[in-house]
Amino acid sequence: MTRIAALAVLAILAVAAPALASEAHPTLAELENELYCPTCHEPLALSSSPIADRMRAFIRERIRAGDTKSEIEAKLVDEFGPAVLAAPPKRGFNLLAWLLPLVGAAVAAAVVFRLALRWRRGRDEPEAVAGREDGPAETDPELERRLDEELARFEA
Amino acid sequence: MKYVLRATALAVVALLIALLGWRVTQRDAGAGLSDKIAAGDRPAAPGFTLERLDSGGRLALAELRGKAVVVNFWASWCEPCKEESPRLERAWKQYRDRGLVVVGVDAQDFRSDARRFVSRYGLSYPVVHDGAGSTLGHWGVTGFPETFFVDRSGRLVGERIEGPVTATDLDRYIGQALRTS
Repeated sequence: MTRIAALAVLAILAVAAPALASEAHPTLAELENELYCPTCHEPLALSSSPIADRMRAFIRERIRAGDTKSEIEAKLVDEFGPAVLAAPPKRGFNLLAWLLPLVGAAVAAAVVFRLALRWRRGRDEPEAVAGREDGPAETDPELERRLDEELARFEA
Repeated sequence: MKYVLRATALAVVALLIALLGWRVTQRDAGAGLSDKIAAGDRPAAPGFTLERLDSGGRLALAELRGKAVVVNFWASWCEPCKEESPRLERAWKQYRDRGLVVVGVDAQDFRSDARRFVSRYGLSYPVVHDGAGSTLGHWGVTGFPETFFVDRSGRLVGERIEGPVTATDLDRYIGQALRTS
C-alpha cells in the first residue's frame, strides 16, 4: 500500500514539475502554441502576420522581464480578448467547452455499457431456456430420427 | 424516464445548434452592409461603446447622434493607415466646427503601439480601442484601413472605403453626411 502511494506521489511529481517550471520560466515556443493570432485566427507559431510578429516581440520582452506564463497570457488577453488563447479559460460560459466533451464521453460510455449488457443478456437467455428443470426441451422429431440414425451408424 | 432522457438530449442538441447559428449570424452581421450603403439604403450604423485611447473613459457612437461621424478602422501595424491618417486629421480640423467628428477605431492592436502611432502622426480626434476586434464583424470590416460615413441621424451614407481614404472621398462623403439628417 505504501509502495503504491509512493509511486502515485512520484507520478504526480513527474507531471507537475515540468508544468511548474514552464509556468515560472516559459519559452516563446511554448507560448506560440498556446496563443492565437487575432487577425488570422491560427496558432501564433504558424502565423507570419504583422501583429503575430509584434506579439512574439512582446512575449520575448516579457520573458526577459521575468513574467510567468500566466502573467504574459493575462496581458495578451487584456489587449486582445480571451479569443487570443488557444484553449478557452476554465470559467464562466467557457467552462462548457471543457465540460461538454467529458459529459459526451460519459454519455457514450453509458450507452456502450447498456448495449453490452443487453447483448450479454440476449446471449444468456437461450441457455437458460435450454437448461429449465421443468421438463425436457421440445426437439424436432425429424432431427431426433436423424440423430438416432447417425449414432446407430457410428456404433456399427 | 426513457422519454425524459430522450427529450433532454434533444433539447441539448437543439440548444447547441441554435447557439452555433446565432454565433455565425452575429459574426457575419455586417457582411451585407456595404451593398446596402451602395444601394443608397442608408442602413443604421452598428453601435459600439469602446475604451478611449486619447483620454480616459469610454466612447459610445450613440453619444454622437446629431453630428456627422467618420468612423475609421485602423491598426498601428497597418502600413496604408500611416498614409491616410494625416488626411483624416486635416478633415477633422476642417469640418469639426460644422458638426463633424472623426473616430478612429484601433482594432487588433496593442494599446501602447496605438498611442505611439497617435502621438507620431499628431492625431487629435477621438481614438478608441477594440483589441479583440469585436466590432469588425458588425461593420463587415475585412481589412485595415476601412472608413465609413455616418450622418446626423446615425445612418450610413456615401460609400464604404476599403484601403486608404483620399481627400476627395473625404470631402465628398463628409459633405453628404453633414447635409443628410
